[in-house]
Amino acid sequence: MKPFEYTRARDAGDAVARFRAGAMYLGGGTNLVDLMRLGVAEPDHLVDVSRVGGDRIEPGGDGLLIGAGVRNSDLAAHPVVRERYPMLARAVLAGASGQVRNMATIGGNLLQRTRCPYFQDVSKPCNKRQPGSGCPAVAGDHRNLAILGHSAGLEAAAQCVATHPSDMAVALAALDAQVHVTGPDGSRVVPMPGLHRLPGDEPDRDTVLRPGDLITAVELPPPPPGRSTYRKVRERASFAFALVSLAAVLDVGRDGTVRGCRLALGGVAHTPWRAARAERALTGAPATAEEFTRAAGAELAEAQPLPRNGYKVTLARNLIVATLQELLP
Amino acid sequence: MNRIEGRDKVTGRARYAYEYPADGVAYAYAVQSGVARGRIASVDALGVLAMPGVLAVLSCAEPPALSADASPELALFQTRDVAYRGQIVAGIVAETLEAARAAERELRISYEAEPHDVRLRPDHPGLYAPDKVNPNFPTDTEKGDVNAGLAAAAVSIDATYATPTQHNNPMEPHAAMAVWDAGGALTVYDSTQGASADRDMIAAALGLAPERVRVVSPHVGGGFGSKGTTRPHAILAALAARAAGRPVKVALTRQQMFDVTGYRTPTIQRLRLGADPEGRLTALVHDVIEQSSTLVEFAEQTATPSRVMYAAPALRTTHRLVRLDVPTPSWMRAPGECPGMFALESAMDELAIAAGLDPVELRVRNEPDTEPESGLPFSSRNLVGCLREGARRFGWDHRDPRPGLRQEGRWLIGTGMAASTYPARRRPSQATAATADGGFVVRIAAADIGTGARTALTRIAAQALDTSADRVRVELGDSALPTASLAGGSMGTSSWGSAVVKACEAMLKDGHSGRADTTEDVKGDTGFARHAFGAQFAEVWVDPATGEVRVPRLLGVFAVGRVIDETLARSQLIGGMTMGLGMALMEETEMDEEAGGFLNRDLAQYHVAACADVQDIDAMWIDEEDGHLNPMGAKGIGEIGIVGTAAAVANAVYHATGRRIRDLPITPAKILD
Repeated sequence: MKPFEYTRARDAGDAVARFRAGAMYLGGGTNLVDLMRLGVAEPDHLVDVSRVGGDRIEPGGDGLLIGAGVRNSDLAAHPVVRERYPMLARAVLAGASGQVRNMATIGGNLLQRTRCPYFQDVSKPCNKRQPGSGCPAVAGDHRNLAILGHSAGLEAAAQCVATHPSDMAVALAALDAQVHVTGPDGSRVVPMPGLHRLPGDEPDRDTVLRPGDLITAVELPPPPPGRSTYRKVRERASFAFALVSLAAVLDVGRDGTVRGCRLALGGVAHTPWRAARAERALTGAPATAEEFTRAAGAELAEAQPLPRNGYKVTLARNLIVATLQELLP
Repeated sequence: MNRIEGRDKVTGRARYAYEYPADGVAYAYAVQSGVARGRIASVDALGVLAMPGVLAVLSCAEPPALSADASPELALFQTRDVAYRGQIVAGIVAETLEAARAAERELRISYEAEPHDVRLRPDHPGLYAPDKVNPNFPTDTEKGDVNAGLAAAAVSIDATYATPTQHNNPMEPHAAMAVWDAGGALTVYDSTQGASADRDMIAAALGLAPERVRVVSPHVGGGFGSKGTTRPHAILAALAARAAGRPVKVALTRQQMFDVTGYRTPTIQRLRLGADPEGRLTALVHDVIEQSSTLVEFAEQTATPSRVMYAAPALRTTHRLVRLDVPTPSWMRAPGECPGMFALESAMDELAIAAGLDPVELRVRNEPDTEPESGLPFSSRNLVGCLREGARRFGWDHRDPRPGLRQEGRWLIGTGMAASTYPARRRPSQATAATADGGFVVRIAAADIGTGARTALTRIAAQALDTSADRVRVELGDSALPTASLAGGSMGTSSWGSAVVKACEAMLKDGHSGRADTTEDVKGDTGFARHAFGAQFAEVWVDPATGEVRVPRLLGVFAVGRVIDETLARSQLIGGMTMGLGMALMEETEMDEEAGGFLNRDLAQYHVAACADVQDIDAMWIDEEDGHLNPMGAKGIGEIGIVGTAAAVANAVYHATGRRIRDLPITPAKILD
């Protein structure tokens, strides 16, 4: 582990002022400290942002404003979240363990790194960790890695099949959350989906954020109408990342047609994967198993499974169909 | 009675190896090979030695003195050859662990890498028959005419099963502190399953007389076999302490534990069963393929349960091994029986289906009169009692054998069963007993690795002395105490208890003190086949859309002789079954064939069963008297719980879905395939 300096920021402006090249923001530390132990993250300087004041959940517009420093446990337990955004509460509770959720912050959850085994092992090449060094996962163990939007088809120096590990981010992508960011160039709002980016030829960049940017809050618009849920599939019943997960909202009219739906997949791509094709295919269609299957197929037609993760295509399709059927009124 | 050291443990007072204080202590960090095969061309330690806090660098550049008798896995820094990725190739000693780890980033080791071979495969040209399998069983056995038996069979099964590499993951990592005194004697505070054997192995590696080495290990946070032999962290601590002239602590990281503390070999097992129309076996053939390292031959005794379980007039078992550029496999809870019984008990389930017989009934019909391979009488054998009692408690009688019929919501439901077995052996041990402080003190270098051995031995001594347990103090976990065998092979309580009872009896005769050595007693343990048996039943729910498998109900019924402490026994049996559940559904270490080492080397990537995976789990035992074992009449219980669980789950998955999964673990990917 590389020696580093530590400072604690008073507020968001102070944090940004303290940021410089080689620095990283520290929230709950549940991912960053692990990565520092592994040598994957080697900051010279840690700016602790856990006490900058963004630890409240407040009404915002017709929705909710969640401070970036709110702990995952507090978000999942918040009565308004549980009542109006139960899908989000479920997604948060599907992640990690109670102890980790007690420490992990909302901002940190969004910015956690992939758990690709090669990324986490500094003795091996990884285009995300060490740009241009290669991606052993493409020919190696990619069973838990991406089937959509990856860059395995590009030249070796750009390949990346990592997945984003967050459950919460999948629900936020389905809810059209707005991420409030402040940084050296001022403050702005980044929509979800849109915070995370596909690897393209820059797999080292997980998000659209720029150096020094600090997430200060996540704003939830009013919840979409309809019934919603979050399903997470994994081989262990808890404390495991998703093989595939799904945040789903389904609004069915009295005539039995789909008035609206939101679908976001986790565990399949470098970003939480908003299934826009499936949503478009379903909207206005009869809410039937046949249509659900057709919509899932439309989304997964662009899947590019690798030799050992083809099961994820089947799994994602089945999960979409089964979950939508569960949400039928 | 409660666990004697329970309060110390829950209040943090119980001291583990790494927690011993010492004046002037320094820290060593193990540096691991970045190639899987080759030679170390150079080690450039100059820059590292100039770093703040760095005291010494150990490597093959200047090999520290070690005995030529050191086991190859313990002969640190003696050669430039690299045998596997992750092998310890250097040690950095520093004032703090942080300084040592910071220096590790700067240490420059260059290799002449050679192509490596790390994949076990059934057609590997390097497969050979080892001279024996662990610990000293025949490699191959053959009885009767198996070809004739298979040819004559009305029903037969020929199937190949596979189990993956699996790793022990005790909560407490392997850790040691080494302290040399001015006279050149060494004390090692180590996390070990046997202080006496650890002392002997450390002494042999360092070329010291055993009496010059003391191992202290009163509390151990789990081992499962991985702490049954001395591991290189202890040798590194001793060498580093000698180089620095100070006490030195070493703790392996979780990732390092995957590389240098042993693992269960992957296995490829072909089972051929033939049976007559009534389901009576006409032949049983169990052929095993597995791996070891280029350093040490470790041949897991995977086919040995097939020599014990069923009455087959023709019986053949074989083991073939290939030496790969991998770490040396070693003991993991129930080596041999655990992977072997997954294959045998899966094949028996397939045979029951092929023969149209209930799987419990099939096993009852194949109950042998004597041990099938050896012909020896059993000291006791109550497999049928376990099968019947388990079936009754589980509600097996109402089972419709047809697969894929039961559904509740999105879940397909199935039930399955398998038998369990594990040898009931003991090893020589010594003990003393004496009056002290108005009560009694019993001394033995036994190990309590979390099993409750201290408590069990207290109860055994109290009974032998005809006194209450609170008047007996048992001292263990120190090689200065009378030499004792390992906590391993489910032999701890039987071996140590035999010595404790004998010492207590000698003390009663003497009035003040007694001493015992069971070497001669153990030599007399011949003439019988001694094994524990059991039956396990599983209910499994499978979501065919997602491939999720959940196990809402697990029941084990065991025949393990006399149970000495019901609370501890239940904990051991349920713990084994839980580990078996993990084996069935998730445990798997992936080999990185490109880089040549293990890939998923932490608990976020190597999954063991979590609390949420274990729902209704129960273990019980039937009354069993056996006068041919030891003074307690007890059989070991540490390992039998894991034997058969995975087969019971796999058999239940078949019953739920109609899908037979023959390679573990049974993951969603395989269900969806």
